[in-house]
Amino acid sequence: MPKDGGIGASSKRREDIRFLTGEGNYTDDINLRGQAYVFFLRSDIAHGTINSIDTSAAEGMPGVVKVFTAADFEGVGSIPCGWQVTDKHGEVMQEPAHPVLASGKVRHVGEPMAAVVAETLEQARDAAEAIEVDISELPAVVDMKNALKPDAPKVHDDLKSNLCYDWGFVEENKAAVEDAFQKAAHVTTLELRNNRLVANPMEPRVAVGDFARGTGDHTLYTTSQNPHVIRLLMGAFVLGIPEHKLRVVAPDVGGGFGTKIFHYQEEAFVTFAAKACNRPIKWTSSRTEAFMSDAHGRDHVTTIQLALDAENNFTALRTDTHANMGAYLSTFAPSVPTWLHGTLMAGNYRTPLIYVNVKAVFTNTVPVDAYRGAGRPEATFQLERVIDKAAIELGVDAVALRRQNFITEFPYATPVAVEYDTGDYVATMDKLTEIADLAGFDARRKESEARGKLRGLGVNCYIEACGIAPSKLVGQLGARAGLFESATVRVNATGGLVVMTGSHSHGQGHETSFAQVVASMIGIDENMIEIVHGDTANTPMGMGTYGSRSIAVGGSAMVRATEKIIAKAKKIASHLLEASESDIELKDGAFSVAGTDKSVAWGDVTLAAYVPHNYPLDDIEPGLEETAFYDPSNFTYPSGAYACEVEVDRDTGQVTIERFAAADDFGNIINPMIVSGQVHGGIAQGIGQALLENCAYDENGQLLSASYMDYAMPRAYDMPFFNVDHSCQTPCTHNPLGVKGCGEAGAIGSPPAVVGAVVDALRSAGKDVTHIDMPLSPSRVWAAMQ
Amino acid sequence: MYNFDFVRPTTVDEAVKALGDEEAQALGGGQTLIPTLKQRLASPSKLVSLTGIADMQGVSKSGDSVVIGGGTTHRVVAEEAAGAYPGLAALAGRIGDPAVRNRGTIGGSLANNDPSACYPAAALGSGATIVTNTREIAADDYFQGMFTTALEEGEIITEVRFPIPKKSHYAKIAQPASRFPLVAVFVAQYSDGVRVAVTGASNNGVFRWSEAEAALSDNFATDALDGLTLPSDDMIGDLHGTAQYRAHLVGVMTKRAVAAAS
Ligand SMILES: Cc1cc2nc3c(=O)[nH]c(=O)nc-3n(C[C@H](O)[C@H](O)[C@H](O)COP(=O)(O)OP(=O)(O)OC[C@H]3O[C@@H](n4cnc5c(N)ncnc54)[C@H](O)[C@@H]3O)c2cc1C
Repeated sequence: MPKDGGIGASSKRREDIRFLTGEGNYTDDINLRGQAYVFFLRSDIAHGTINSIDTSAAEGMPGVVKVFTAADFEGVGSIPCGWQVTDKHGEVMQEPAHPVLASGKVRHVGEPMAAVVAETLEQARDAAEAIEVDISELPAVVDMKNALKPDAPKVHDDLKSNLCYDWGFVEENKAAVEDAFQKAAHVTTLELRNNRLVANPMEPRVAVGDFARGTGDHTLYTTSQNPHVIRLLMGAFVLGIPEHKLRVVAPDVGGGFGTKIFHYQEEAFVTFAAKACNRPIKWTSSRTEAFMSDAHGRDHVTTIQLALDAENNFTALRTDTHANMGAYLSTFAPSVPTWLHGTLMAGNYRTPLIYVNVKAVFTNTVPVDAYRGAGRPEATFQLERVIDKAAIELGVDAVALRRQNFITEFPYATPVAVEYDTGDYVATMDKLTEIADLAGFDARRKESEARGKLRGLGVNCYIEACGIAPSKLVGQLGARAGLFESATVRVNATGGLVVMTGSHSHGQGHETSFAQVVASMIGIDENMIEIVHGDTANTPMGMGTYGSRSIAVGGSAMVRATEKIIAKAKKIASHLLEASESDIELKDGAFSVAGTDKSVAWGDVTLAAYVPHNYPLDDIEPGLEETAFYDPSNFTYPSGAYACEVEVDRDTGQVTIERFAAADDFGNIINPMIVSGQVHGGIAQGIGQALLENCAYDENGQLLSASYMDYAMPRAYDMPFFNVDHSCQTPCTHNPLGVKGCGEAGAIGSPPAVVGAVVDALRSAGKDVTHIDMPLSPSRVWAAMQ
Repeated sequence: MYNFDFVRPTTVDEAVKALGDEEAQALGGGQTLIPTLKQRLASPSKLVSLTGIADMQGVSKSGDSVVIGGGTTHRVVAEEAAGAYPGLAALAGRIGDPAVRNRGTIGGSLANNDPSACYPAAALGSGATIVTNTREIAADDYFQGMFTTALEEGEIITEVRFPIPKKSHYAKIAQPASRFPLVAVFVAQYSDGVRVAVTGASNNGVFRWSEAEAALSDNFATDALDGLTLPSDDMIGDLHGTAQYRAHLVGVMTKRAVAAAS
């Protein structure tokens, strides 16, 4: 029976009313009195020395308030990186300075060189055209392997090379892994590329800076997934503004997908310039600017090798990746190819020995950082693809090969430093087999062939690490931040609640599902609970939303705070009922004395807390408001099995997705409809990566796919019906809700299934193909058939 | 975009006069020109909208031809040419998306002559006549390479006359990002022979595939094309497809157009 409220109910997303009726309050909707606009003059070359920037003509143009260059930012800090990776030699990564406006050199197309503040955006843009920039173009480094050659031009002259770090993991296992490869009965090697992507949230980035002279207070309104993180990074490291004088507001945000985690120059600029110009300053990214200034995702080039024994057991895995950092280190960039990638290389399998090498490389391209899945899709893709290839080489069924090597006992300590608490990979594969009707594939293939089409099936598993993250552990791994989450639960006198969370919703539906949790705990209607997020002025310090952490970490903080509320409310109830506290039970929004018919309603208790006429003032304070901070003891490990069926047009190489099924294990589920929606969106992005999206540069560092004319975003009609199931549930053992997180799974699990399906289709026509690099455009698929 | 003056004349004569000003430019549906202006890649001093000229609107039949006003939108062509010239109407109905079809015009498309645009294939494939305020231009003389046409400065396409074929079809494979043709082929069978026009493929813009025309004029069937190939030398090679792939697609799309022609 579907529930009609609380945990487990598919409550309708309350935020959709304002989103769908144009009543949302996005950053671009914020317009302050006296506001001026900034236009950034961005580099149109990838690499060059700035000889001079002459702003004199621009300064005299109509409406111009002030023109800024790097010279105005002396004494301002570098845009910081939030994670320091230590390489395999024990050395810390090379970390270049990242100025707000390009200083001395430009290092990628799109890097801001100067900024014009004017009364209108058009005036700012007109004036920017009058700025004379004298640049000597330098050869660009674009290809990662070329960038590491000794004679390669250096992106940063003050660094030793273009190598950010050379990370080995687990370095102690390296020799044993080599040894296992020597002894292997079979070794499968696969080279592949995880294509560079542009996140393209529907809402481009926007930042509005404000400064109140009378109080010295700064405010930044920004399209962020984590306003507190921006406040800390920008306040402490860039502008030197103490947190109590800096408020960061991230109101309604129209999608993030990772790219709105990071602290960007434009945010620092508007905050700084608002004070310098003494008026609010607004920046709204155009879509073109978004392509060349939002951090990109993925861009790994990998060689992976799988060793198997004579019985087809996986005995060792070795992977070698070049990871593109772009021209500067974005906020979490160094962690993505390392700790969010290497630690996932065991996947769902009992491979006893694993060694991961990652070389992070600077190039003259836009910085690369986390994008939906962040490191985990890259790990999953290579692992699942090499297993498919091994199955082909060995002539065995790829699903059977997976099943044979599944981890079946939990907890399971992988050789890559993480411990999976729970999971049941057999169950999700069984479920997938059922919902995808794998048994019926042969008949469907025949039917397709009768119509002249090739049909292929791709099946794969995934594991991910969510609920990011135990602070102590990530601190040891180089994080310069804690990764707890916070919640304040404020109960009003008349019984309604306001929950202030440090996590942030930018489309995920937190306002609905978080309210369901608290409603269930107290036994009241969801509509009595309001979820507040996104403003450092009215939420406790929190780390924001990414890494599918909100319900697992933020939700846990909220549970802890609500538990404190309930404990205190029971004390009040016991006073009102003149009963022992231990006899008080809370059920359906009423406190009763066990074994009696005496009870007091939730609203009477909350009223007593604020009108404490009859109240245990000697024991407890009036009021009903509690805060909790929750630091997880482990990651959570959602997992699942995905199946994709495609048809391929032999003549054109066009691929259509005919069926797609996903069986996920997210542990306990708060709102099944929202979870399905998250999986749908993730799969759409995964299919986008697999078939369509390709952020490409030419050898001079020019962005070839700088608009939707060339960057292929998936559209509704590219998508099949998604058959998703999340009935396999092995609850997380270490958080109070038993939840694992579902935000990224679809994007992680789907690309290998799509590629596997296309390869399978081509093989059915006798083509000796084992892999095609993404995106599988018609041109590439056709070429693979020739 | 930069500032410009805007006029919306109601007759061709007025429009021609307005276009006499230096740096004045005609504005059709704006589906190409407005994005260009927004990116500040063009800076006309004056835009002369052609959408108010009644004489340049609509679809009519005249003898063996369909006559389309130069300011007629793709949507109107898709709807109103469906009876007389279904192949052409179907082409118009697959340009862009509904918003593009409700604004974009045949005159704008032909004046722009994007190497991947749809209408040039229909005009060349039908042996259409492009009528301007001063003259009539045969399609074979009109298209002169990508983004280049026989139009003079300030010349306005007032109508386009399409001889109606016995059979025709437009086969298009979309470029995955823009959904413009990656390669598309318009095939039309007339009593005096078959015309095959290819768009999206060549660095020189829309072109006629004469070998295919000859083969199909003899025998209007897909097997007539067996063994016919195009060299890839002049084909577009980019992110979305290699030159070899495009050359190959011309053959595939031509066959599909023939097979589906009605
Ligand atoms: C999202 C999108 C998708 C599209 N997809 C396709 C597609 O699949 N296939 C396709 O073919 N096209 C496509 N287009 C282009 C579309 O068809 C345009 O409408 C067309 O290319 C230009 O027509 P317009 O009336 O909008 O011209 P405008 O943009 O107004 O003008 C274009 C040029 O033509 C000139 N001009 C306009 N009218 C005349 C005239 N009557 N006489 C002389 N000169 C004139 C203008 O001065 C300008 O130089 C797409 C456009 C968009 C935005």
